Amino acid sequence: MTAPAAPAAPPGPPAPPPLVNVTIDGVTVQVPPGTSIIEAAKRAGVLVPHYCYHPSLPSPAVCRMCLVEVEKMPKLVPACVTTVAEGQVVHVASPSAKKARQGVLEFLLINHPLDCPICDQAGECELQDFVFQEGRSGSRYDEYAKRYNPVEEFGPDVLYVANRCILCTRCVRFMDSVAQEPVLNVSERGDRAFIGIAEAQRLDHAWAGNVVDLCPVGSLISRDFLHKARAWDLDKAASVCGGCSQGCNVMLDTRDDVVVRVRPRPNLDVNRHFICDHGRLDYRWMNRGDRVEVPRVLRDGRLVDAGWEVALPRLAALAGEGGGPVVLLASGRASVESLGLLRRLVGDRPVTAAVQVPLGEEAPLAGVPNLALRAERVPNAEGARRLGYVAPWDAAVDAAAGAALVILLDVAVDAALGARLSGLPGALVVLATAEPEALRDAALVLPVTNLAEETGVFVNRDGRAQRYSQAKAAPGMARPAWWVAAEALALRGADAPGTAAQAFADVATAWPAFGGLTHADLGHTGRVLPAVAGAA
Amino acid sequence: MSGAHGNGHGAGVPHEPVFTGEPLRRLEALFPKYPTKQACLLPALWIVQEERGWISEPAMAEVAQVLGLTPAYVKGVVTFYTMYHRHPTGRHVIQVCTTSPCGLCGAEDTLRALLRESGCGELGATSPDGRFTIVEVECLGACGFPTPVIVDEDFVESVSPATVPALLARYA
Amino acid sequence: MGWPHPSHPIEEPVLSRHFGDPAARTWDGWVARGGYEGLKRALGMTREEIVEVVKASGLRGRGGAGFPTGLKWSFMPKPSGKPHYLVCNADESEPGTFKDREIMRWTPHGLLEGVAIGCLGIGAERAYVYIRGEFTEPWRVMNAALAEAYAKGALGADAMGSGRRIDIVLHRGAGAYICGEETALMNSLEGKRGNPRIKPPFPAQAGLFAMPTTINNVETLTAVPHIITRGADWYRGLCKASPKSTGTKLFSVCGHVQRPGNYELVMGTSLGELLWDACGGAPEGREIKAVIPGGSSVPILTAEEARATVLDYEGVAAQGSMLGSGGVIVMDDTTDMVYQIWRLTRFYAHESCAQCTQCREGTAWTAKILERILAGQGKPADLDLLLDLADNMTGKTICVLSDSCAAPVVSGIRKFRHEFDAYIAGTREPVMAGV
Repeated sequence: MTAPAAPAAPPGPPAPPPLVNVTIDGVTVQVPPGTSIIEAAKRAGVLVPHYCYHPSLPSPAVCRMCLVEVEKMPKLVPACVTTVAEGQVVHVASPSAKKARQGVLEFLLINHPLDCPICDQAGECELQDFVFQEGRSGSRYDEYAKRYNPVEEFGPDVLYVANRCILCTRCVRFMDSVAQEPVLNVSERGDRAFIGIAEAQRLDHAWAGNVVDLCPVGSLISRDFLHKARAWDLDKAASVCGGCSQGCNVMLDTRDDVVVRVRPRPNLDVNRHFICDHGRLDYRWMNRGDRVEVPRVLRDGRLVDAGWEVALPRLAALAGEGGGPVVLLASGRASVESLGLLRRLVGDRPVTAAVQVPLGEEAPLAGVPNLALRAERVPNAEGARRLGYVAPWDAAVDAAAGAALVILLDVAVDAALGARLSGLPGALVVLATAEPEALRDAALVLPVTNLAEETGVFVNRDGRAQRYSQAKAAPGMARPAWWVAAEALALRGADAPGTAAQAFADVATAWPAFGGLTHADLGHTGRVLPAVAGAA
Repeated sequence: MSGAHGNGHGAGVPHEPVFTGEPLRRLEALFPKYPTKQACLLPALWIVQEERGWISEPAMAEVAQVLGLTPAYVKGVVTFYTMYHRHPTGRHVIQVCTTSPCGLCGAEDTLRALLRESGCGELGATSPDGRFTIVEVECLGACGFPTPVIVDEDFVESVSPATVPALLARYA
Repeated sequence: MGWPHPSHPIEEPVLSRHFGDPAARTWDGWVARGGYEGLKRALGMTREEIVEVVKASGLRGRGGAGFPTGLKWSFMPKPSGKPHYLVCNADESEPGTFKDREIMRWTPHGLLEGVAIGCLGIGAERAYVYIRGEFTEPWRVMNAALAEAYAKGALGADAMGSGRRIDIVLHRGAGAYICGEETALMNSLEGKRGNPRIKPPFPAQAGLFAMPTTINNVETLTAVPHIITRGADWYRGLCKASPKSTGTKLFSVCGHVQRPGNYELVMGTSLGELLWDACGGAPEGREIKAVIPGGSSVPILTAEEARATVLDYEGVAAQGSMLGSGGVIVMDDTTDMVYQIWRLTRFYAHESCAQCTQCREGTAWTAKILERILAGQGKPADLDLLLDLADNMTGKTICVLSDSCAAPVVSGIRKFRHEFDAYIAGTREPVMAGV
């Protein structure tokens, strides 16, 4: 699973062919045969400017931006489709290559509206970037620019601003080759060409939003993000999508501690460069205002606000050693750290643990193997199972009626579930993000963070453990659930972790399914956990 | 006078399928000649145009359905080729070459005469009597016979302003 | 014979011998004129023997690039179970060129025979003839001839009783100059936009429907039956200058000459003889000023250069232009060169497929600058700008449409700069409305 390029081979693969030596702007690198110059250049630390090329799409070599000079070749060649040859010497920054690219940039700008002040892409626009880097300081274009109607609605969330389009065709190729539902086209020809759509269809594919990310300029834009923020005002955090068990790697973009956008973060083993629209648009819950912000304890038959210094001893007492049976009901959005430490907190007592997993329709991305919006609409169901949250959900809820202690971790409680969990004989402890309105008789309500507010690990459906980072501050006194459990453990005199990394190491040591891994081991793209027979 | 163009199918009229009966048989007869159905796209579009005089969006969607393509794909192809009409036309469509070789030999005068005598007035417009639509086209590959003109499916060589009235008179 | 003018003594009619003779269009008429002898003979030859004869004849591609035909055929792989395809490029649309049209109108069986032999030469059982949509008459004539050829058993599962399968499919284009570029043509045949493809892969590896494919021009394939029946030596002997350019070539002459039309000349004939003798020079009282010798995409020659030009691949190249498709556009001293060059750039802007940035934007921009100059709003810096744009448009795109737009601009400014300067200086009356 660690070899980056080689596809899965049958047992006993032949020795890989020898690497090719290529020198790019003076830096010699060794790359596998068949590598394109543009990818080899990345290894040499050289970014060849480009528009139509994208590593997850077929290369048409049409923007002609990546023209480079290769010694002994008569003409400049497109780096995206020219493969390296042994001993090749490539000049990306040579005068002829630079002039060619300057020419392309000038051509791309002659009809461009330069409406950057009102363009969502400004600040993360590849046209801006490359013109800034090596474009001419002024245009020699003295004619009228062509203009289209300003905005066309391609689909529920995708708008097309034809005037800004540079016809790189990434969007068309994504729908053709990756989504395999060609609903976009290049219409007309010559300088009259634009990206078109038929009257009979809309761009409403479950993965359509990727065209917005793929667009190198501000031509395809998201209605959801329209005029919400300037790119340079955003803070970004590497995260993992909470929308389903695929575990797509994402970037959470926040502005003033509000999540305003979710974008894919490349992980060639999980989601390549893509995320589905469900994951992209399902972030508003992270910004919910009806949050539990203060621990609440039962006093005189009423829940009243209290500090952690009051709530934690109560929790430690309720979860103490030697008590009766415990039922743990946890959200599939809870982290490995939180799920693991809660189990440790009630470690020696009989435990029935279950994870809440809402289901939905599967929506595969046809052109990428093993990539789909999965039916299990939570990110960590697999992690929970590997931590023993394996009881059937209904049976576990039923078991609550016979338990001495019931702990809910960020469980979504509707009226029906609320009814089943009311009037329990044992104590009810609710670790909640949002206000648990359907629960009236909890002994403790403890504010915990959601995935945007904490660092943690999820395990996706394929057993890949992936780390996500905190994107915004937690509201009020909310803390990660693992911290709550750890503090209660500490009150009992146990050696408890103080950071998410320590919490993960603690869990990974205790549970063989996690093979003693650490946060550092997971890196940016995660690690597949060793297969463990019957994690339960 | 082979053209059956411009029979008044305007936008907004519900689409009557083209590919039933004889047109469908003509299309299906082409399938064995190509390894893919997609390769029959240009021929299928020609059939639509022969049957309806122009190619509407619903017709593109129908072609897409018949050939296992998407409407947007078909539209991208239709808009690439200049001979497919995307709007209703007059009963007769006249294509006039004005590219350099013909331009050297008076093609622009011929074009002006055609626009005037037909009543079309301007390029792309249909004459008030519904007879003609005139379009300017690039090289028709008959540069030795300026000005070449195509009326519907008739290729006419050596048209000049003097011969325009007689040419138009042949088409009702 | 020449067409539509009477034959001229400098002509060597081989392909054009029966132009203007409607009887030659029919099966019987064609057989009576020696037709299908070449195919019969080829059916008795091995694939390698056919390729060797064509190689030895020195025949080169007549569509414009001049690549040796036998060598091209030899690139086709050995039989591997994959279908091989022959594609005949009958998308003749290079301004100034109208020879393939006459071949198809008058001698359709000659082309079908050549296509059939081509199939044998590359190991194909099926050929597609891509005829441009505007060629309504050649389309009808070719369809009639094809039906006859099938009815007579020359084509089909048992071609001429040989037990070999040769199928020919006629495919109609729909209006796109760029489909004359071979990879664009293949895309168009596959039911796609006519976008040129990046190479590699080359057609002989993965061409039409991703199978090994050879594409030949109409004139090239029509010459093949003659080479098979009369031999490589005969064909190679048709040569007046460079031994690398053999056989006869159809030259389409148009524009300002007294007798426009097609002239079939032995390679190496003088362009001066063609224009001033055979074609009768410029119309009465005028002088030839400029000549585009190989279709609109090649650099312009002055009258003096044209007079000194030898018509073969090497001879035209020696004058700084190209033989191209053999479409000779003649402009006399009444011609406004700026206007004509603008009109050519407008053609290329109209026909650009829109893939490559330089072509999509550059052709249109170039045309706009020339329009402004013609409107009397040119600036002294415009000519340098045009030349720099031409540089940015040359040698940098997938196909050569962009280069073709730049070529007449560059040669036009270099050779007729004073005409541009006159518009810019205001000493010449504007011919266009300004913006």
